[in-house]
Amino acid sequence: MNAIIDLLHGLTGLFIDDGALALAILAVVLLAAVLALLLPGVPLAAGAVLVVGCLSVLVANVAQAARR
Amino acid sequence: MTWIAAAPALSAAFVSSLVEAVEALTIVLAVASVRGWRPAGLGAAAGLALLIVIVLALGPLLDRVPLYLLQLTIGILLLLFGMRWLRKAILRAAGVIPLHDETTAFAAETAELREQARRHEARLDWLAGLASFKAVVLEGLEVVFIVIAIGAGRGMLVPASIGAVAACGLVAVAGFAMHRPLARVPENTLKFAVGILLSAFGVSWTGEGLGVPWPGEDLAILAFAALFLVVALAAVALARRPHAQALP
Repeated sequence: MNAIIDLLHGLTGLFIDDGALALAILAVVLLAAVLALLLPGVPLAAGAVLVVGCLSVLVANVAQAARR
Repeated sequence: MTWIAAAPALSAAFVSSLVEAVEALTIVLAVASVRGWRPAGLGAAAGLALLIVIVLALGPLLDRVPLYLLQLTIGILLLLFGMRWLRKAILRAAGVIPLHDETTAFAAETAELREQARRHEARLDWLAGLASFKAVVLEGLEVVFIVIAIGAGRGMLVPASIGAVAACGLVAVAGFAMHRPLARVPENTLKFAVGILLSAFGVSWTGEGLGVPWPGEDLAILAFAALFLVVALAAVALARRPHAQALP
């Protein structure tokens, strides 16, 4: 049983290591999705939010980890 | 399909899989050094068999999933997976967390198995085989995910698979010939590069899943990779601790 729990823990760990980073990435994707729905005529706006959002999230998370 | 078209998928899958294969090999070698090749080999073979079953079962399902849904799902998973790698590689390069060292990982795994040997002598072969199995399954699933993420939906599954199989084969041959962990592989540099590539693929796929028509189509991935590289290097400088080693 422990081995299975261990394996499942390892599987989630493939994608989520720092919970704050994972949540921030999902929030950026959600924001881009909302923009894509609200502004279907300007699809690149969602793309720009996605690119800038992901890069910002990365820098902010690294800076926070470095301060800890 | 030309080699020029297939080269990015093949090389991205090769480099990503190389890192995973090195990590799996370290644990399999640690098991072999403590309990011999039988449990290590049986565990690894069982892990490989499970991976083959997973690929055979899930592979045909990929064609049935609508393309936008596949792009969005894999794109989000790629962002989570790639940015997690990139974050860790940045923090390691900046000296905030220690560099991953295969020799240390090998020593830690060996020590843990010896400790288990002291406590559960009778069950040790089983425990050792399980450690080998788990390493192959977890690292192998990462390889499978990388191959799907890089290749699916673009007709690049075959070159991505060739890249992954070549990397795993190369690591297996080198590791079993030397009988020690491949400590000289510049793992953090590879993870840094792979994190950038996977994050760039993730942005591209997620955007396409949301209906974003990227200028230049697939060429946009190169632009995203360049952006991630510049920002990641800036983040290393921002987070750098005194006495941290420069990125090799």
